[in-house]
Amino acid sequence: MDYSEKYEVVIGLEVHAQLATESKLFCGDATSFGAAPNTHISPITMGHPGTLPKTNKKAVAYAIKMGMACNCEIEKENYFARKNYFYPDLPKGYQVSQHTTPICKGGYVTIKTAAGARNVQLNRIHLEEDAGKSIHDINPDFTCLDYNRAGVPLIEIVTEPDLFSADEAYQYVTEVRKLVRWIGVCDGNMEEGSLRCDANVSIRLKGETKLGTKVEVKNLNSIRNVKKAIEFEIQRMIALVESGGKVQQQTRSFDASDDTTFAIREKEEANDYRYFAEPDLSPFSLSDELLNDIKNSMPTLPAALLQQYIAEYGLNEYDATQLCLEKETADYFSSLVSHTSNYKAAANWMNGPLRQYMNEHKLSFDSFALAPEKLAGLLKLVEEGQLNFSIASSRILPVMIETGKDAATIATELNLLQVSDSNELETWVNGVIEKMPDKVAEYKKGKKGLIGLFVGEVKKVSKGKADPKLVTSLLEEKLK
Amino acid sequence: MEITDSVFEQLANLSRLSFSEEEKQHIKSDLQRMVSFIEKLDEVDIADVPPLLFMSNAVNVWREDEVRGSVSNSEALQNAPQHDEAFFQVPKVIKK
Amino acid sequence: MFRFSSIKDYHNALLNGQTTCVETVHYYVSQIKTAAHLNAYIEVFEQDAIARATELDNARKQNGMQGKLHGVVVGLKDVICYKGKTLTASSKILAGFTSLFNATVVDKLLAEGAIIIGRQNCDEFAMGSSNENSAYGPVLNHADNTRVPGGSSGGSAVAVQADLCMISLGSDTGGSVRQPADFCGIVGLKPTYGRISRYGLIAYASSFDQIGIFATNTEDVAIALEVISGADEFDSTVSNQPAPVCDFTEETGKKYKLAYFKEALEHPGLDPEIKAATEAFIKTLTAAGHDVQAVDFELLDYIIPTYYILTTAEASSNLSRYDGVKYGHRSSKPYEDLADFYKNNRSEGFGDEVKRRIMLGTFVLSAGYYDAYYTKAQRVRNMLRRKTQVVFNQFDAIISPTVPSPAFKISEKSNDPIEMYLADIYTVFANLVGIPGISLPLFKHSTGMPFGMQVMTSEMNEVPLLRLSKRLMQMAGLE
Repeated sequence: MDYSEKYEVVIGLEVHAQLATESKLFCGDATSFGAAPNTHISPITMGHPGTLPKTNKKAVAYAIKMGMACNCEIEKENYFARKNYFYPDLPKGYQVSQHTTPICKGGYVTIKTAAGARNVQLNRIHLEEDAGKSIHDINPDFTCLDYNRAGVPLIEIVTEPDLFSADEAYQYVTEVRKLVRWIGVCDGNMEEGSLRCDANVSIRLKGETKLGTKVEVKNLNSIRNVKKAIEFEIQRMIALVESGGKVQQQTRSFDASDDTTFAIREKEEANDYRYFAEPDLSPFSLSDELLNDIKNSMPTLPAALLQQYIAEYGLNEYDATQLCLEKETADYFSSLVSHTSNYKAAANWMNGPLRQYMNEHKLSFDSFALAPEKLAGLLKLVEEGQLNFSIASSRILPVMIETGKDAATIATELNLLQVSDSNELETWVNGVIEKMPDKVAEYKKGKKGLIGLFVGEVKKVSKGKADPKLVTSLLEEKLK
Repeated sequence: MEITDSVFEQLANLSRLSFSEEEKQHIKSDLQRMVSFIEKLDEVDIADVPPLLFMSNAVNVWREDEVRGSVSNSEALQNAPQHDEAFFQVPKVIKK
Repeated sequence: MFRFSSIKDYHNALLNGQTTCVETVHYYVSQIKTAAHLNAYIEVFEQDAIARATELDNARKQNGMQGKLHGVVVGLKDVICYKGKTLTASSKILAGFTSLFNATVVDKLLAEGAIIIGRQNCDEFAMGSSNENSAYGPVLNHADNTRVPGGSSGGSAVAVQADLCMISLGSDTGGSVRQPADFCGIVGLKPTYGRISRYGLIAYASSFDQIGIFATNTEDVAIALEVISGADEFDSTVSNQPAPVCDFTEETGKKYKLAYFKEALEHPGLDPEIKAATEAFIKTLTAAGHDVQAVDFELLDYIIPTYYILTTAEASSNLSRYDGVKYGHRSSKPYEDLADFYKNNRSEGFGDEVKRRIMLGTFVLSAGYYDAYYTKAQRVRNMLRRKTQVVFNQFDAIISPTVPSPAFKISEKSNDPIEMYLADIYTVFANLVGIPGISLPLFKHSTGMPFGMQVMTSEMNEVPLLRLSKRLMQMAGLE
């Protein structure tokens, strides 16, 4: 039975993003992923007696950047607080986080839905340190603890309960991931855990204004799983309520093996975190000067850049959107169009042959071997008619990427430059006409479609070098 | 403010401390006396004075984003009550 | 025969060849052995100290005397990190723990040529006023072995009192340096909060803790203070002001404006002899031309509750790291879940006083009680700070007794935590408001025990405080 008319769902999402700093939030241990266990740690990370924290300046700047990208109000006077609870992956027995003074307040993230663009309201963004990792499945008797991750800086981005479908949640996380990567504060890698998402889901009867009992769903390690988990929860909750039950407030975990959620064994009492201002750290007082510096260092955000591309370069929305999916792509495009004024061609090349090549070879625009000026060179040859698009994209482009040589050099070496010399063309065209008298006769009788066949023949005979446009007009003239 | 058994149990749990019955009686009564003692503050009326959160006037005390100061894996594990060559270990009590 | 009187005299003796660092270390090692019954030291670093003394003697022959604390024998309270050495906060929960780094103060001591002779006994996690809460057993007062030395830095105080080292570093959160200095008849300084780096000091209450100095005279305190103070990149709460350099010369005939709290001298718990001695000394000061005035301090009754709310709250959090997971004691008792595992480790490892304070601290931070206790106490603290600033606008220093009574008998107060807390009444004030305070051993009680006077100045004014202290010690014929 389809209950979507009877119920509506309200979702709030908490996204944790690991900040791409070199060192941890409160000490100098490295943050890079994949190191051997317990090699990025120090007495400070391990909470040894006598150790004290010291804030990483860059982490603060990154948090502010994300706040600015999400249209938040930056809380100029803010400070850290201790969140007290016991767990083996939490070395000090408290997490240094922010409670009453998150560094960013309010704000919104714009998502595209079937019904159009919508702003998802944020509640806050705050800074906190990550916990270590508990590994339960490598030793039969013990849980193994790796503190490499303990102390890595996180920003926690919390929405209001302002998402109303699994799809919206999907769009939201996609957009957040794009933003953090765009402004360079996080690599957004959900599989590695640098971007994590917890969902708070509740249902209520359509038209009801009060929020239903919410369930927290964790362990969502891909954007697709966020959507699947929420879809499952919605069905589960509806089925529960429809059969006369009540939704229990609980924490559930997503099981990726069958796309379901299951309840995590609940503690007997809700945690009382006993937050208090962290006495070992100074508070922040963010000056207008500092905030302006950060604002000025921000790149143009994707939404604005998209409009810029449409307006300045006359691109259509689809093409412009593709170019704005990732900052490195946009940066490359921006550089490319400084070397050519054929903006449409530039967009086509990037969204077409270049993207295809890169997908096949698993490359990214980040440190891409082919400099934009060189690509512009290739575009110019095509524009001038010295190369046709097909040869250029299938034969010249790969060699340019692999060898770093420029287009003209390669085309000359491989003898692929198109011939537009009328004598040579005439020779080929005449040759083909002579070879196919019957088809020529048919063409003259009215089968104009055969022109393609003749052009193709000329192409073969010229080994692709005949400029097809000139060949076509030459043929048309001769076969009048 | 009465420190009931229930309050006491809650505090002990939050603090991750356990007491024998005898210890519990002692500590509970000490705790009750301490709580009554601090209730003296009820007499003071200073709602207009903001709470002092930090002892220094310094703000924005921070450091550059540099990697330094880590210890080796073996140094780190040196004080661990239970470990193997790579990990700290705790008893496995996670129930699914 | 070596006889220590001051660092200055010791350095002269070294330069004159009257003694050597090696001879000095042997002397103290022997002293410590003889006085083992006092239980001041948990561990003596005999081999290390002799090796270091040898190096220093050689270096001095080659390059002359380098370092303000060249060859000075220093003891460290068992809460100060010394790399490669056991560190336990006198607690079973840290039995066998080895520190991986030096406290910043230790680095500074070593850079100026000090010799660290050993690790000194104290109350567990610096919680106590009698050194009866140690996993290693109580420390005895050298002036009367049936009496407590005070706490929590009892071992550090006795070590200086009984000539078992030249200076000790302790820690002071509510009086833990000044009160034992008072009970043991020596000088004990708690500097301004933020004067000395806390990096490498086991935290009890983060916004109250400061490392403090024990010595037999004010000049030695000044030298040590200069060496260990100053900015530290590892501590976000330490001041950037340069280390104080105390030159004891001052305008001859300088007259001080001194305040004392009226309510302090009228306090019902104050021993009559101490009251009388203080009042007499005030008269002496007045007669010498100083302006000594009584100042009202109606908030006196609230300072102990405020102190205990805030310090236990911070402590309950600071001690959460002691869980037997990454280091420290792990129980062998069976457990049903993780919570039990933690409870076993912590309950076996911590002593009773520590547990009491953790429970109280957890209570005041709990949802429902937070505003009534914790936030309220923070307001009172702010109020106290403001009032103190007003006092120092008018006065150079505040004087008071250090402790309401002289050193009491062992076990006399250990059954009553509240009574023990009330004895902190004169010392917690300086920690609450962050100002420096010193205890000077000016008096003698009819019980034969020493007792002192406390002097406090405003933030970062250790130099005027030490100058005034020297003056007072001279007036009492002690320097």
